[in-house]
Amino acid sequence: MADDVGKGLWVELVAADRTVWSGEASMVIARTTEGDLGVLPGHAPLLSLLTEAAVEISEAEGVVHAAVDGGFLSVAGDRVSILTEHALLAEEIKIDEAKAALEAAEGMPTGDERELHIRRAAARIRAAEKAG
Amino acid sequence: MAVSLREYRARIKSTESMKKITRAMELIAASRIVKAQQRAQAAAPYARELTRAVSAVATFSDVDHPLTKEEENPKRAAVLIVTSDRGLAGAYSSSVLKEAERLAERLREEGKEIDTFIAGRKGEAYYKFRERPVEQTWTGFSDQPSYDVAAEIGETLIERFLREQGEEGDVDEVHVVYTRFVSMLTQEPTAVRLLPLEVVEGEEPPEESELLPLYEFEPSPEAVLDGLLPQYVQSRIFFCLLQAAASELAARQKAMKAATDNAEELIKKYKRIANQARQAGITQEISEIVGGVNALADANAGAE
Repeated sequence: MADDVGKGLWVELVAADRTVWSGEASMVIARTTEGDLGVLPGHAPLLSLLTEAAVEISEAEGVVHAAVDGGFLSVAGDRVSILTEHALLAEEIKIDEAKAALEAAEGMPTGDERELHIRRAAARIRAAEKAG
Repeated sequence: MAVSLREYRARIKSTESMKKITRAMELIAASRIVKAQQRAQAAAPYARELTRAVSAVATFSDVDHPLTKEEENPKRAAVLIVTSDRGLAGAYSSSVLKEAERLAERLREEGKEIDTFIAGRKGEAYYKFRERPVEQTWTGFSDQPSYDVAAEIGETLIERFLREQGEEGDVDEVHVVYTRFVSMLTQEPTAVRLLPLEVVEGEEPPEESELLPLYEFEPSPEAVLDGLLPQYVQSRIFFCLLQAAASELAARQKAMKAATDNAEELIKKYKRIANQARQAGITQEISEIVGGVNALADANAGAE
């Protein structure tokens, strides 16, 4: 996999108020509203909606895990940008807080709000656990 | 001598402590400006990528979205005024409010009614004092706005915009009045129309190699646009808030620098007067002593 780096993808993970991660990578896996999506170099230009889920970016030194709160994935000419209002890298996620948030969300009255909070918290826990 | 030396000394002292305060505020504003500019820079990539994505969708699908639709006969306009929470920033808030008045005047001439939305306590106080109706206010973040606040404001405004015409609380246009940060010395109050959206391409024309990648949209162009445009609006509002924050701090730094300089001038003036008073006192004492000695000498001379 390491051979691919250099002619790989240029990935930018951008939150509303900062660039969370950017660099070269060989593969990006994200979850769109239609299902999981993997992007390898040479992918056709694509614009897609993401759901609250974990994102995996495979780079030379290993795999970067992050949790995003919805947003977009755009691919064009081996440039991948992941745009989201909030993004957290796995090492920034406090797993206890995320678990507490999940529990709080499960206690909420059923509805879209609850679903959203559960998905968000679950995404963070998944990203943190995969990295750990 | 109308005022005694002691009183002048007290005035010098109080002016000096005032100078210390304004000086401290100047320094705080100066250091926060750097942070505000960094935040604005950090937010730039998101805005840039979002603009690219929106122009990509706009190029490949017929942009026919409720957020871009111009009402044929606009009757009501919402105006969001971005002011500061605190004063002591020179004419910062009042010049934004003046710009808002100008915009309101223009909109009224076009026959539109106005719903006012305000960010910042200064604007809130201005409208409250004049007993003018305000739809909603957001306060408490003016010098370091977060994206969440921008998102909340955006949601409110979009929701109002999307209501059908004739429905209670519907607006047909949304304008924002904020202060654009041009440089440390210049900040310009600016009014822009936010909705209906005009999709603006990036300022630089795209390079040849970047031209026309044929995007696939998932799940569909409409769905992507549906998700993109509200975010685009929110990011535009966030941009306005960040600019306003930087402008506020720059205005405060300038105002506090002027105040510090004035305090220095005052101290100088008071010191001169105090020294004069002191000198006058000494002269008087000497002349009294000399007068006394002379009188004594005269008396002694008379006795001999």
